[in-house]
Amino acid sequence: MNVSYRWLKDLAPTLSGTPHDLAARITQLAVPVDEVVDLAWGLEDVVVARVTRVRPHPNADRLVLCEVQTGDGVAQVVTGAPNVVEGAFYPFVAVGGALPGGVAIQRVNLRGVWSDGMLCSERELGLGRDATGIMRLSGGFEVGAPLVKALGLDDHRLVVDVTANRPDLLGHWGVARELAPGGVRGLRLAPFPGHVSARYDRVTEGAQAMAGGVAVRIEDRDGCPRYAALVLRGVRVGPSPEWLASRLRAVGARPINNVVDATNYVLFELNQPLHAFDLAKLRGPAIVVRRARPGERIRTLDGVDRELNPEVLVIADAERPVAVAGVIGGAETEVSEATTDVLIECAYFEPKRIRRGSRSLGVETDASYRFQRGIDPEGLPAALQRVADLILSVAGGVVQVPAADAYPNRWTPRVVRLRPERVSLVLGVEIGRDEIAAELEPLGMDVRGSGGPLEVTVPPWRPDMAREVDLIEEVARRWGYDRFPDELRPFRLGRTQDDRVVRAVSVIRRAMVQAGFLEARSVPFVAAGVGEIPLANPLAEDEAYLRRWLLPGLVDRVEHNFARLVRDVRLVEVGTVFVESGGPLPREEVHVAAVWTGRREPSHWMGEKEWDVWDLKGRLEAIAPHVVGPSAFVRPLQPGSEAERALPFQAGSFAVVTQDGGWMGGGGQVRPDAIDAPRWAGPVWGFEMRLAEFGAPARRYAPLPSFPAVERDLALLVPLDCPAAAVGDAIRGSAPETLESLSLFDVYTGPNIRADSRSLAWRLRFRAGDRTLTDAEVDAAMKVIIRTLEEKLDVTVRGA
Amino acid sequence: MNPLLVNPGEEFARIEQDGRRAIEAATTLEELEAVRVQYLGRKGRLTLLLRQLGQLSEAVRPAAGREGNRVKDLLSRLLEERARALEAEHAGAAVAAAVEDRTLPGRARWRGGLHPCTQVTDEICEIFRTLGFVRGRSPEAETVWYNFTALNTSLDHPAADAQATFYLQADAVLRTHTTPMQIHVMQSSPPPIRVVVPGVVYRRDPWDASHAPAFEQVDGLAVDEGISFVDLKAAIAYFVRELFGRETKTRFRPSFFPFTEPSAEVEVSCTVCGGGGCSTCKGTGWMEIMGCGMVHPAVFEAVGYDAERYTGYAFGMGITRIALVRYGIPDIRLLYEGDMRFLEQFA
Repeated sequence: MNVSYRWLKDLAPTLSGTPHDLAARITQLAVPVDEVVDLAWGLEDVVVARVTRVRPHPNADRLVLCEVQTGDGVAQVVTGAPNVVEGAFYPFVAVGGALPGGVAIQRVNLRGVWSDGMLCSERELGLGRDATGIMRLSGGFEVGAPLVKALGLDDHRLVVDVTANRPDLLGHWGVARELAPGGVRGLRLAPFPGHVSARYDRVTEGAQAMAGGVAVRIEDRDGCPRYAALVLRGVRVGPSPEWLASRLRAVGARPINNVVDATNYVLFELNQPLHAFDLAKLRGPAIVVRRARPGERIRTLDGVDRELNPEVLVIADAERPVAVAGVIGGAETEVSEATTDVLIECAYFEPKRIRRGSRSLGVETDASYRFQRGIDPEGLPAALQRVADLILSVAGGVVQVPAADAYPNRWTPRVVRLRPERVSLVLGVEIGRDEIAAELEPLGMDVRGSGGPLEVTVPPWRPDMAREVDLIEEVARRWGYDRFPDELRPFRLGRTQDDRVVRAVSVIRRAMVQAGFLEARSVPFVAAGVGEIPLANPLAEDEAYLRRWLLPGLVDRVEHNFARLVRDVRLVEVGTVFVESGGPLPREEVHVAAVWTGRREPSHWMGEKEWDVWDLKGRLEAIAPHVVGPSAFVRPLQPGSEAERALPFQAGSFAVVTQDGGWMGGGGQVRPDAIDAPRWAGPVWGFEMRLAEFGAPARRYAPLPSFPAVERDLALLVPLDCPAAAVGDAIRGSAPETLESLSLFDVYTGPNIRADSRSLAWRLRFRAGDRTLTDAEVDAAMKVIIRTLEEKLDVTVRGA
Repeated sequence: MNPLLVNPGEEFARIEQDGRRAIEAATTLEELEAVRVQYLGRKGRLTLLLRQLGQLSEAVRPAAGREGNRVKDLLSRLLEERARALEAEHAGAAVAAAVEDRTLPGRARWRGGLHPCTQVTDEICEIFRTLGFVRGRSPEAETVWYNFTALNTSLDHPAADAQATFYLQADAVLRTHTTPMQIHVMQSSPPPIRVVVPGVVYRRDPWDASHAPAFEQVDGLAVDEGISFVDLKAAIAYFVRELFGRETKTRFRPSFFPFTEPSAEVEVSCTVCGGGGCSTCKGTGWMEIMGCGMVHPAVFEAVGYDAERYTGYAFGMGITRIALVRYGIPDIRLLYEGDMRFLEQFA
């Protein structure tokens, strides 16, 4: 909502303060002001000039030579504007002057003719968006007068960001009411220049009424609780006087003609959308407010031919829809230069109906914006009077009595109970009954009651005041948010605890960071085929699904880095993925994924190494217990398994499984066809696993050993088809409890080893908690182990 | 007479002993290779001896063969081990040579780091933890009821327009704010409640320098008997001082959220210019950082809380926005590119 500073002052003469002061007050009191625009900014050098003669340019078809009276004499100006008319007034900047923004005007030679100055368009002056031609000024002016004075541009525009709960602030009257000392009592409607008062009788009736011989009938009383109308005959449609046009420009609206401008003026002043019909084109003539019928069509003011549906409320004449109620008028009944008789509509439409109509047609206008937020149903007569006065003042004509006021659904005043003790409880400070009343009354609220709850009658322009807490907010903001102290008072702790997943994720993130990974974030939208859950209204086709896995997104991030010649990449992401659940909402899983490629360590003069598969496996084994749980383990992925298709890894990847074999994710080398990698890139490793909820393992102290350990090395000749894990399991399975640890310290194949075997060297450490082990005991244990290996796995001791 | 034929065991033992010594004595890989050739090469001592085994009688040949192979394996292994040791020593020698020059660079490790948004999230949650707030979680896909209706927001009201919503189905949306957590938390626990929930939220805004279709927010909720607007102001003012610094000023101004009343927008004195006016604060000296207010009774009614007995406050802020301001990041897209050079700056 754009607010003119001067307009506000006209409505509230007692209002003091600069435009910026008022902006700060509106912000502190009600809604924020985004910007204060000085409309005269940069217009110091612009004067009103008159074009007295227009001649063709001798050397250019598209240029003309203008003789311009500037107040300082006559200048010759070359322009390409298509709309120069002899005798009309235009804004002009002489040589040596400047446009807003500082562009200096110089004497220039255009195709062999000198141009001394510039005739300006709206856009060049920052007064509007129109750049198609120069700005023709309507009315009579003194040549050479500063444009700011001539157009009343010594004004400021306050750009107010009106929140959805405050429809009353969508007009100058409402903003003035919020600001003026004494509120609603400090306002007045200023007379227009050359003010003419319209005189007519208005009788409020039910669903049917007559407006100057036109029958008005409301068929849809729910959609239209009130419809007032007035017929004016003999109006002269033409350009608005400059004061009216400049008021509209001040709030960013475009002047059209005096009748339409008058309706817009009242819209911005009183927040009452109005519509003017060309009476000659209304069939009947009649006005019927009803639902559109299936298949009905209308060509609207914006030139679009629209199909209507019964959701849409329309204004019809005796035969067809002539306007989309509360949204946009019809082109056929539009007021034009030829119009002499008009019917002015001034109605209250039901907000939800207008919202649905506006949405189903995809049209939003100043009118629909206001209707769907709720205007003042009791404000119609004042608005109708105001627009009638204005049209008579600027376009002439006479009222044809009577005015219609069909009002089948009367507004009934709402009384809201307000307990002063509740005000204090919610706000945390004592605010007395009188103070409460003093804050509410200027807003037009009637506050009654002595002792006990206050009875507050809410004015019709405040549809947002529905219950006690709404009034408490009014008290708080009028009293002043700044006045509330910010002292910390005692509080009780809540009953809930930290979420377990949040804690686990924090541990995982930190572990990965310790390992040198950088945390990445990606937006979870993916292309079809990558995700399972489609969006109903995606932003783009390749972002039409929700991700099922994190890894493809991270692989994209690796490509991003490759494209920037970054070869060493280590990224980890923790995020939500979405899985088809069969229900309306997807199942959400928290996943952890990482990708890495390049060198294991930053470049060093002693040499450097690339990440390999054992780094991958080690990383998996280190992180899986944090993600999947203490029982997680990592094993080679069975070729051909379901899990192989889930993640884009090459053969030879790993699976992360729970104790009972449940697949929780995996890791491996990203398949070359799954990543666009340059030749210089190393293999890309990665993993992804699903976070499981599990209790943090309870840690307990175990006594430190007090007896020495005995170590034995065991070099085994193992058939190639026998995996190391099987050997390890067999050793553990056949060893006594005193086996404290088992580690594989060497793997060897070579000329000294049989071609069908390899050598695996293990170190076994034995220890008893209660005594020193003897060599004999350990030898005996070793014998059992060796025998078991020989019998079960055909594994022999090397060199034996 | 050939010594092997006299006493093969003794001869193998001698070779073993000599071999061991020679291997031990080798100090370079070249020397070690010479030892290998001397013993295991085509004309090596052991090789030659093994070739003669065929001349032995049937009775002793197998035993001698086993012994010969054992020594061969043993020496092979010792050669391997010694080679590995020498390699390591060689590297050590390089260090020894370099030890003279202590200006050579040390061995670095990759530095990891949390995403800037994670860092801001953790910081915010820790500040609220000192005010007794625990950290919770809430789903990212919601029904219309959780995202709007229960939060006193009707889709028939223009207030819903402010949030361009992604729909999965007619009744399923991606949450447009973290506020639905209020409903989940209150449905799962009676008062008192003190919880903050950070998370990703979704708005159907195309990418540009300041918009992303998914970004992060944190919502907080405190509910108990007797909680007031003063408590809200105090908590927020404390939070602002902790996050932005002691000298930062806070101001409340009226605002509108369907699920709080009274509602307020919180502005802090611009952390970039200190209040003088700059491009970050659009010249006003103030930055909007969060919305807040007293929990609307309609929200309590939606979850079956007694709205007469309990009051509460709620607040919500954009983590992503705070991260952009705090670190001076000019374009939100940088946060989602996974560019190593960007992320390393926050490690």
